[in-house]
Amino acid sequence: MKASPLAIILRYVGLLCVALLTMGPFLWLLSTALKSGSENIFAYPPSLLPEQPTLENFSRVLETQPFVLYLKNSVLVALLSVTANLMFASLAAYPLARMEFRGKNLIFVVLLSSMMIPFQLLMIPVYNIAISLGLQNSYLGLLLPHACTAFGVFLMRQAFLGIPKALEESALLEGLNRVQIWWYVLLPLVKPSLATLAVFSFIAVWGDFLWPLIILDDPSYYTLPLGVNRLANTFSMDWRLVAAGAVFSILPILAVFLFSQKYFIEGAMRGAVKG
Amino acid sequence: MQANETSRGEIGGNLRVTGASWQRMRQWRMPRAAGGFSALVPYLFLLPACAIIGAFVLYPMLHAIMASLTDYNMITEPEFVGADNYRMLLQDPFFWNSLKNTMLYLVVVVPVLVIAPIFLALLVNRSLPGIKLFRAVFYLPVITSLVVTGLIWKWVYEEQGILNYFLLSTGITDDPVAFLTDPANALFSVIAVTVWTGLGYYMVIYLAGLQSIPRHLYEAAEVEGVSKWRQTLFITIPLLKPSIAVVAVMSSIAAMKVFEEVYVMTQGGPLDSTKTLVYFIYQSAFEEFEMGYAAAAGVVLFLLTLVLSLVNLFLLRKDR
Repeated sequence: MKASPLAIILRYVGLLCVALLTMGPFLWLLSTALKSGSENIFAYPPSLLPEQPTLENFSRVLETQPFVLYLKNSVLVALLSVTANLMFASLAAYPLARMEFRGKNLIFVVLLSSMMIPFQLLMIPVYNIAISLGLQNSYLGLLLPHACTAFGVFLMRQAFLGIPKALEESALLEGLNRVQIWWYVLLPLVKPSLATLAVFSFIAVWGDFLWPLIILDDPSYYTLPLGVNRLANTFSMDWRLVAAGAVFSILPILAVFLFSQKYFIEGAMRGAVKG
Repeated sequence: MQANETSRGEIGGNLRVTGASWQRMRQWRMPRAAGGFSALVPYLFLLPACAIIGAFVLYPMLHAIMASLTDYNMITEPEFVGADNYRMLLQDPFFWNSLKNTMLYLVVVVPVLVIAPIFLALLVNRSLPGIKLFRAVFYLPVITSLVVTGLIWKWVYEEQGILNYFLLSTGITDDPVAFLTDPANALFSVIAVTVWTGLGYYMVIYLAGLQSIPRHLYEAAEVEGVSKWRQTLFITIPLLKPSIAVVAVMSSIAAMKVFEEVYVMTQGGPLDSTKTLVYFIYQSAFEEFEMGYAAAAGVVLFLLTLVLSLVNLFLLRKDR
C-alpha cells in the first residue's frame, strides 16, 4: 500500500489547510494580545504580527483582575473533582462488574439513563438544592456535581470486565478484602482507562461555565472561564486585554495538553471504542 | 453452606494454600457465613456514586418535572398550576422562536459534524512524519473552554476583523459581512463556531473506529485491484457505522444543549435570532425568575433530546 509522492503532498496540503482553520483563530488572538496600546488593532490591512510585541496587556490584566486567583481556583477544583470522579466511579464500577447482589440491574439501568439527562434541564433544581445545602460560593459547591459521573462508572465497569476473574479469586484466597483487591489488584490494571477518564473529566471541569456562573456570585471563587467572561464585560471590548486574558486562561491547559497529548488523543479514542 | 465450605477447602488444597493464608481465608469467609456485613459490601462501594448522581441528577430530574407543574418564582411558595406552564409555552412566540432556532441548529450541525470529521479522520489516519502534531492541532479547539472559544470568534468575526479582511481581499465578498450583528447571519455564525469546536472531538471518535477495522480487508481489496476510492466507500464507511451512530447521537444532543457560544457572542440577539432553547430556559429562570415556566421548557428539551436519540439509534440500527 505505497502511496505516490503526489498523494502524500496532497495529504500534507490538506493537513495544513485544516491546521490553519483550527490554529488560525488562536494565533490571531495571541497576536492581538501582544500588540501595544499605540497600535491600531483595527488597522486595514490588519497587521498579522505585532509591530512592537509587548507584554503590557498581560500585566494590565493581572493588575485589574486576580487571574492568578482564578487560576488557583480552576486548578484546585479540577484536581479535586477529577480525583473524586476517578475514586467514586471506579468504586461503583467494581460491584457492577464483579459482584452479584440484589438490585444490580436496576441500579445499572438507572445510572445508564442518567447520562441522557442534559444538565441544562437540571440547572434550576440543582441550583435550588445547592442553595439549600449552603453550597453557593464554595469549592465544594463547584466540584460536587463533577465529583462522580455516570460516564465514568461505565468506562470503569468496562475496564474491570476485561480483567480475568482468576486474578481476583487468587487475591481472595490470599486473604485480601474487597477494598484491598480494588486498590491493589484492579486499579493498577486499568490505568489506561483511569487516564482516559481523568482527561475527559479534566476537560469538562476546566471548561465548565454554566454551573459556576449559576452557583457563584463572589468573584473570589471564579474559575478561569468566568474570569475571562468578566474581563470581556469589564473592558467591553478592549480586545488587547480580552485577548491577553484569554491567552492567559488557555496557556495552562495547553501546557497540560502538550505534556500528556498521548493520553488526550489515545485516551479519547479508547473512550470512544469502549464508552 | 457446609458443602460450599468443603469445595472451597478442595480448591485451597489444590492450590496448596499455606496454613497462614488458609487461616486468613477463613477469616474473610467468617462474616459471609454470618450473613450481615458482607452482604452490604456492594452497596457500600456504590454509595458515593449513587449519592452524588442521585443528588445532582436523579432527584433534580424528578424535581424539575414537579416544578414544571407549579408557578414558582423563588420568593413565594410554589403553587400547583397543573399543565398551565405547558399551555403557556405553546402560546409563547418566544418559545417557538427558540425552538425554531434550536431545530435550525440541529439541521445544520448534525449532518456537518457527522460527515466532515470522517474526512479529517481519514486525513490523519496514516502514519506520516508529524501526524501526531496535526492530530493535536486539530484537537486544540476541543480542550478550550467554550467561553474562550466564543470570545476568540467574536474577535475574528468583527466588522473590521481578520475574517472580513480575508473575505474582502480574496474577493469572496465586496462588503464586510456583519456576522453577528445581522439577524440573517448571526445564527449561522454561531453555528459555525459550534462546528469548529466539535470537528476535532468527533475526528478522534472516527479515528478510533478506523483503527478497529481489520487491515486484512484492505489488503484483500488491494489484491483484487479495488481502487482506494471504492475501498473507502465499500469497506471503510460501512464498517464505520457504529462510530457514525455514536457521533450522530452525541452531536444531536450537543446541538440541543448549546448555550455558552450564544451567551458570549450574541446574548440571543440580534432580534432573538440566536436565542436557542437553553438560552430561553436560562433567561426565564435566572433573569425573569419564572422557575416553573423554565422547568417546563426544560422538560420539553429533555423529551426532544430523548426522542432524537431514539430516532437516531433506530435509523442507524435498522439495516444492520
